[in-house]
Amino acid sequence: MAPAVLVKNLKKRYGTVEAVKDISFQVEPGEIFGLLGPNGAGKTTTLRALCTLTTPDAGKIEISGISVLDHPKAARQRLGYVAQEVALDKVLTGRELLQLQAALYHLPSQAAKQRIETVLDLLGLQEYADKKTGTYSGGLRKRLDLAAGLLHAPDVLVLDEPTVGLDIESRFVVWDFLRKLREAGTTVVITSHYLEEIDALADRVTIIDRGVVIATGTPSELKDDVGGDRITIRIREFSPIEEAQKAKDLLNSLAFVQEVIINSAQGNSLNLVVTQQNDALISIQQTLNSAGLPIFGIAQSRPSLDDVYLAATGKTLLDAELAAAGSRDPKAEKKQNMR
Amino acid sequence: MSSTLIPPKSDTNWQKVAAPQAYTDAAPNFFGELVQETFALTRRLFIQLQRRPSTLVAGIIQPIIWLVLFGALFQNAPKGIFGNTTNYGRFLSAGVIVFTAFAGALNAGLPVMFDREFGFLNRLLVAPLASRFSIVLASAIFIISQSLLQAAVIVTVAAFLGAGLPDAVGLGAIALIVFLLALGVTSLSLGLAFALPGHIELIAVIFVTNLPVLFASTALAPLSFMPNWLQIVATLNPLSYAIEPIRYLYLHQDWGLGSVVMHAFWGDVTFGGALLVLLGLALVALLSIQPQLRRTLA
Repeated sequence: MAPAVLVKNLKKRYGTVEAVKDISFQVEPGEIFGLLGPNGAGKTTTLRALCTLTTPDAGKIEISGISVLDHPKAARQRLGYVAQEVALDKVLTGRELLQLQAALYHLPSQAAKQRIETVLDLLGLQEYADKKTGTYSGGLRKRLDLAAGLLHAPDVLVLDEPTVGLDIESRFVVWDFLRKLREAGTTVVITSHYLEEIDALADRVTIIDRGVVIATGTPSELKDDVGGDRITIRIREFSPIEEAQKAKDLLNSLAFVQEVIINSAQGNSLNLVVTQQNDALISIQQTLNSAGLPIFGIAQSRPSLDDVYLAATGKTLLDAELAAAGSRDPKAEKKQNMR
Repeated sequence: MSSTLIPPKSDTNWQKVAAPQAYTDAAPNFFGELVQETFALTRRLFIQLQRRPSTLVAGIIQPIIWLVLFGALFQNAPKGIFGNTTNYGRFLSAGVIVFTAFAGALNAGLPVMFDREFGFLNRLLVAPLASRFSIVLASAIFIISQSLLQAAVIVTVAAFLGAGLPDAVGLGAIALIVFLLALGVTSLSLGLAFALPGHIELIAVIFVTNLPVLFASTALAPLSFMPNWLQIVATLNPLSYAIEPIRYLYLHQDWGLGSVVMHAFWGDVTFGGALLVLLGLALVALLSIQPQLRRTLA
């Protein structure tokens, strides 16, 4: 069976900026697939190329085996797109927007009526369907956008940053909805710069940075590949640097400790990468105790996707976001979004 | 989402959400699909007009005010100065009809520009349209319908103000002239809407174009009033080729395609000749925007 989405050697530049240098990935039918990366990594550009909003400079894109470049109309029929910014017509009611959507996707009128009722019920919009979308709250707008994306029963629903700007409760609701969609058989592709979102939702993920793929796999596989557990130790709430250095030297002598970093931003706490080991914490506590060093706090966790990103790029996702924020040009981005 | 998602009333809706749809694989019927999507897009524009009628109302009130005010302004002008007319109203009606159609069509691109800016156009572009030109076609149908309606209102009001009323064939000719002019100017406006970077730039172009084009035509005064250089400009102004035939209808009982409606510096223009010029200009406008449309919409 053809993959739900196939992207091969995608390339796209805007003027002097090469937004996508070389991106390839494949999405299997019926899975939730995540594209993770900081802002400016090329996620939105990749998505726009997928949804025929922009023509790539090079590369192959297929939706359910149909080439997006050769047969855009057939590909569009199988794709639903939910943009990051909800674009609605203020004076139309929700139902009228869905009726317009149905006509644009060439649903026969009887089928259109049924589909509209189905998606309105699914997204809990019946009460609001005949009110103008200009009166909708942010959450309702998002729901209507989801309804519009699903109206023609696409093979693949593509969502760009689905929970940006939503409160925590709403995020969980969206996540739950996407999981139910997957169970019903729709393939879901999401882009996100939120680690926890990809971790929570994605069956498989491709991490991209500055226009290239840096890792692909299930979240578990990626974390296992990076290997090691993370242990954070706070000698005191705020440790003097000499004490932290002494602890570091001591801990480095332990066989299972791979790396010790003093985190000066967090009160000189110690970030350790250790080989997975049952008695790691006890060994550490004993070592520090026998040197007369107290332990204010100690925590152990498996590697996170942030560690995967860090291992591949040398910086954390947050650092990359901050760096990207400084170099972003909102005017240029607006121009790119405008067709 | 400000309120929690209400669970669907029946779980069958979840099963239906991804149900394979046989009709989406049915052999596409290009013409049928084109009609379906153009109709839906045009319907959207008319719903907007119905719920936000200010542009239509303004587009009807403004020409009426012009008719009344300008008519009053030149009420005491010596008889015969505007040609063999008995009142300025007869002379002016043609100018107001054409100017209203022109101004309305010039603004045709604005809704499209806003759709571009606020991302609504993207919604249309990811859809499997039979042709993306249906977006442009819907705008054209919408604007031209409005122009014809406004022209009908102006003709009626002008009749009440004593300007007279052309015969049925003449009214048909007015409709044709308004149609051709609106088609050409709408095309140009839509082309600009896709070429320019934002609504501020588009509004600036509309603003700078509107009044100078009006005054450099025979809308408000005959050629004989103008200095030579302005006469030359006016005879090259497309508006004049719409105004003069309509004016001829108002000022003459007998008219035909061969009637001379304008004396240009290079020769006489007949009624039929003016119609051909308008047709030619509309076609040129339509063709000239094709490259821009292809760039943006293809």
